[in-house]
Amino acid sequence: MWKYSDRVIDHYENPRNVGVVENANATGEVGSIVCGDALRLTLKIEDGIIKEARFKTFGCGSAIAAASALTEMIKGKRLEEAAKITNKNIVDYLGGLPQAKMHCSVMGQEALEAAILDYRGEKFDHKVEDEGEIICKCFGVTDQKIRRVALENNLHTVEEITDYTKAGGGCGSCLYRIEEIIDELWEEQAQKNNAGGKMTPVQKMKKIEAVIEEEIRPLLRRDGGDIELIDVKDNQVVVRLMGMCAGCHAAVLTLKGLVEEKLRELVDPDLEVVQDGLH
Amino acid sequence: MGSINSYREKIVYLDNNATTRVAPEALEAMLPFLREKYGNPSSMHSFGGDLDIELDRARRRIASLLGCQPQEIVFTSCGSESDNFAIRGLVDAYPEKRHIITTTVEHPAIKNQIPYLKKRGLRVTEIAVDGKGNIDLNRIEEAIEEDTLLISCMYANNETGVIFPVREIGELARRRGVLFHSDAVQALGKLPIDLNDLPIDLLSFSGHKIHAPKGIGGLFIRRGIKIRPLIIGGHQERSRRGGTENLPYIAALGRAAELAAENINEEKSRVAYLRDKLEVGILSAIESTEVNGTTEPRLPNTTNIGIHFIEGEALLLAMDKYNIAASTGSACASGSLQPSHVLRAMGVPFTSIHGSVRFSLSIYNTEEEIDYVLQVLPEIVEKLRRLSPFHSLEDVKAFGV
Repeated sequence: MWKYSDRVIDHYENPRNVGVVENANATGEVGSIVCGDALRLTLKIEDGIIKEARFKTFGCGSAIAAASALTEMIKGKRLEEAAKITNKNIVDYLGGLPQAKMHCSVMGQEALEAAILDYRGEKFDHKVEDEGEIICKCFGVTDQKIRRVALENNLHTVEEITDYTKAGGGCGSCLYRIEEIIDELWEEQAQKNNAGGKMTPVQKMKKIEAVIEEEIRPLLRRDGGDIELIDVKDNQVVVRLMGMCAGCHAAVLTLKGLVEEKLRELVDPDLEVVQDGLH
Repeated sequence: MGSINSYREKIVYLDNNATTRVAPEALEAMLPFLREKYGNPSSMHSFGGDLDIELDRARRRIASLLGCQPQEIVFTSCGSESDNFAIRGLVDAYPEKRHIITTTVEHPAIKNQIPYLKKRGLRVTEIAVDGKGNIDLNRIEEAIEEDTLLISCMYANNETGVIFPVREIGELARRRGVLFHSDAVQALGKLPIDLNDLPIDLLSFSGHKIHAPKGIGGLFIRRGIKIRPLIIGGHQERSRRGGTENLPYIAALGRAAELAAENINEEKSRVAYLRDKLEVGILSAIESTEVNGTTEPRLPNTTNIGIHFIEGEALLLAMDKYNIAASTGSACASGSLQPSHVLRAMGVPFTSIHGSVRFSLSIYNTEEEIDYVLQVLPEIVEKLRRLSPFHSLEDVKAFGV
């Protein structure tokens, strides 16, 4: 049995705003019976304000609760304000949802988007925002949607993606594709904010090279020595000390105290520096 | 949804294919071995060693229920272990055989072994069922190949209760020199099983489906069948399953088997009567409902009903409010978000899968409980349907278009 918050149970047992708004001027329909959830949201919008909001849903307890919560949240709001509501706002309003039920909140957000588009005379099509290739054929989830939801909710595993979007929850044949998509996504993100994020091996290598070139070599050269980068294996940096440094009694000190410390400070605190031929 | 004022304090437990209550007699049977008789049956001293009499007693009781020899029973920890033991034990014992036949509606303990078997280089053929959940014998026969090791087909399906033609499959297997394993976890105690007469080579069963505790099961292995242990250890269970015997649970299972033999006629008559009353009552009181799977031959205690246009998890939650316990094939109620693989394999429409409810009874259920369910269920369904955007197949088709 799912562990639902009291708020979810309350909205499930006493759903607010059930039904269809008479003379609605905005309708959003998302989901399908194949997926196991479907939501119809109808709105009455006047002077840019949502005067009335009602829903009908085919779905589980949390789908009913999320739809009920959504109608409460948007009633009386200006359209621009309501349009900013995300699935996370719905989850917060409900005092949390079980991980596997996050997609219920996503469905609420989508129904609202669809209704607003309808009001503006545009056609909601799942792919208006989430274009791209359909990855999960069972639930019609595109790669764009997977990327968007993963980014918005900081999702890193396939299980989380299934919880939030249902993708991969049907026949399961797309699970490996979802994994590829999120790996790719987070790799891109890491590249974007190189400083904070995780580096790829190539990025790391380049950065080590640069630090040696710009920071370490000048120091060693001052003492008549030099350094050459031989290899980087995971977190192990293999270098060769040359010139004066090569025969220096303090070579180990130089290696650990200077080279390693600099690299740890400027590249990655997990790096270890070893002398070529000594490891 | 609090308007129905016939709420009950006591649970109406209609989920006996998931697990059953422990029979008071089975509980009594296990207690001495949790108290004073705590010895190890393998010990040399009489305090422990004498307990092997108790092991034998339990084994004889189960053998008597199954119509087999006591030494053909190996105790395991559960039905899933028995299924794993059967398949992997045979695969290891017959390395030259590279092909296995099973069905699309097996329990996960069989179904989820398939990727593992394939990884080990075996070929697996899954025989599809028809819309009523029935299997076509000809398709099994056609699937048999030169190096087919075994056919594994459940005795009766856990979700629909549909009974498979195990005698015919067994005869076919014999004729073609192929082994036959059947997962009888749901059938034991509900149907008479006579292995003296049935051509089944291996048969899995579980204690907690027949009013013994969870954590005990067994595998029947016909004499002469070569098998390798799954759990390698001591000489217990004739070296076929290592690990100190779980005597308290084994004793409980033995007693539960004895009770099952006594109650099997009641299953056939009274439990089937209650099931039918429930089924007919729901079908006649609630529109757009249908039974999933064939109604005959079927386990006497099970009915799987598709209630269109509402979602099963919401329905279970609502029933839970009224202290009624059942289960659903809906995706939203499963941890994996996958709708029932059994109903999907049968080609049941999604409108029905998501709103499917399985009621599974036991001898402990009463007619008054069934009347209670029939009293409250129509109103629960009606309330949920009022929330639903779907009231007909046309609504479903038109949605979002």
